[in-house]
Amino acid sequence: MLEAHGLAARRGDAQLFSGVSLSLGPGTALFVRGPNGSGKTTLLRILAGTTEAAQGRVLWRGERVGPFHPVLRACAVFIGHAPALKDELTIEENLASLTTLQGAHPEHAAILDALSAWSLLRQRTLPARVLSQGQRRRATLARLGLLSRPLWLLDEPASALDDAGHITLRDTLAAHLAAGGIAVIATHQDLPVASGTHQTLLLA
Amino acid sequence: MSEAAEQPAIERGAWPGVAWALRRDLRLALRSKAELGVQLLFYAVIVTLFPLGVGADPALLRALGPGVLWVAALLASLLSLPRLFAADFGDGTLEQIALSPYPLPALISGKILAHWLTTGVPLVVLSPLLALQFGLDNGELVALAGGLLLGTPTLSLLGAIGAALTLGLRAGGALLALLILPLYVPILIFGAGTVEAMRAGLGAGGELSVLGAALLAAAIGAPLASAAAVRIALD
Amino acid sequence: MNSINWFRFASPASFFPVAGKLARWFAVLAVPLAAAGLWLGLVVAPTDAQQGDAYRIIFIHVPAAWMSMFIYLVMAAWCAVSLTLNARLSAMMAQALAPTGALFTLIALWTGALWGKPAWGTYWAWDARMTSELILLFLYLGYMALRHAIDDVRRADRASAVLALVGAVNVPIIYFSVQWWNTLHQGATVSLTAAPKMASIMLIALMLMTFAAWSYAIAVAMVRVRAIILERERRTSWAGPLAGAAR
Repeated sequence: MLEAHGLAARRGDAQLFSGVSLSLGPGTALFVRGPNGSGKTTLLRILAGTTEAAQGRVLWRGERVGPFHPVLRACAVFIGHAPALKDELTIEENLASLTTLQGAHPEHAAILDALSAWSLLRQRTLPARVLSQGQRRRATLARLGLLSRPLWLLDEPASALDDAGHITLRDTLAAHLAAGGIAVIATHQDLPVASGTHQTLLLA
Repeated sequence: MSEAAEQPAIERGAWPGVAWALRRDLRLALRSKAELGVQLLFYAVIVTLFPLGVGADPALLRALGPGVLWVAALLASLLSLPRLFAADFGDGTLEQIALSPYPLPALISGKILAHWLTTGVPLVVLSPLLALQFGLDNGELVALAGGLLLGTPTLSLLGAIGAALTLGLRAGGALLALLILPLYVPILIFGAGTVEAMRAGLGAGGELSVLGAALLAAAIGAPLASAAAVRIALD
Repeated sequence: MNSINWFRFASPASFFPVAGKLARWFAVLAVPLAAAGLWLGLVVAPTDAQQGDAYRIIFIHVPAAWMSMFIYLVMAAWCAVSLTLNARLSAMMAQALAPTGALFTLIALWTGALWGKPAWGTYWAWDARMTSELILLFLYLGYMALRHAIDDVRRADRASAVLALVGAVNVPIIYFSVQWWNTLHQGATVSLTAAPKMASIMLIALMLMTFAAWSYAIAVAMVRVRAIILERERRTSWAGPLAGAAR
């Protein structure tokens, strides 16, 4: 479903990577590994469509998708380093706002379920300003379950997560892959996910 | 959980996008009320500085009044513009907005509308009061307020282009002023011109029509240009 | 004409030598044009009945003003090309033209002021054309300042291209609104930068000076674009040694 051919990226004058190709079918997770500065985030952003590759092309379901292509905006969810939470809004409001932005209209009960799955139910009326790093990470990941998107692009999703958070993340990923979704995950750590086929891409 | 087999709707209307951005930005603005008050105070202070600088001769102030009120409105608008995108840019929300299935110009229009409602409208409401300091009569006050009502949205719209182009840059505010002020010149000319027209006995209809036309053109063009600029800044 | 593949020149590497040739030709062309224009304008053209010899500054002022507007349009056109075709070289052309355009605007403003003093008693009279010219200067400076403020070259290209296009759309609007403002506040007056009735010899001199300015602008833009190409392509194999030698 997701293919890329010959992707190359630069940052300023430096070549980050070149000749990156991938082909992912339903139920596949791709783990992107590599040292800091090797371009993991850039690769994810190219797949998400926020940045243009210096060379190469990305195809979704056989259709070529460039930056900000409407198909990518409808089919992918991108969670980067920044949690995209507004300090002045509560977790609940943040979650509702982000999901509505992506065109979903979850029931209030569904939002509460998502918060509870990530152990944030008790904190739901707190403004995002007072959350810890780990809580912010969980709050931003909570929307994965509320958006029915086939492609997940996650940049270091496990950072700042405690053990319980790790388990929830792995379960969420496993369910997504089992339902035929695709995930591309940039990570330093191992994420043993129970289902789906796994590929690894190493950016030198 | 996620149904990968379902094909999500790809075509999304513009109005829900405008509504989302408007509601969210208004809610955020109302929760940080202090910022709104500061900008209004800034407007009042600038207007008060001019008589202190040129003297209180009534005839002079009457002549200067419309221009001073308009220039102060431009400067107050410039002060508040970086806020339009900077916070969203910093916490990663702007990226999510750009990746939304709703059209980006629609989402940006909603943000600009919220910006105008929280910065432009209070200015329009306050201006007749400040204009009394300059000895404008009732007809002139109405013309001034009408001009500001039609002109301040255009200031927000044009300013959004500049704010998007200068996102995240060090020189930020001063650079934004340099880029946007030339574009503001026609609005300034016709806005202050409403009062001149009243004084000449001609009625402000012509100037207000020009301001209205400028608003229409900006309402169509500025969100498109801002969307392009936002995507460039996110690259 | 149809046998030339113009797209071959779309890469900086192949355009580089072409730019060098163009620079040489147009530099050589500019000299006799300017010499002829200046001789006709300063020496041969008759003294004006009303303004004496001071009017002769129009032979620099008018071409400079025309070029300042023309270059902005050309710059905006290159920006449009660079955005739609995603072409680096077009963006480099716009980048190369901006300082020359700003220079002509400055010359127009400066010579306009010098003309104003002997002719009408004041250096700056806020007339419509000079005021519009001043705003055009701000548009050029804004473009250059935005480019300078953005570190990433690609973002600088695209952001300044958007700015140039927004500016180009607004230039006629600004011009007409300043004209309107001027008539409103000055009443019916003589246009302060009206040239005296044109004897044909003055017209020829103006044309010569305009072509000279145009040649100069092309030559300078070609030289500058070569420097820009070397700077931006210095990591490639063909440009590296050249860039190193230039330093």
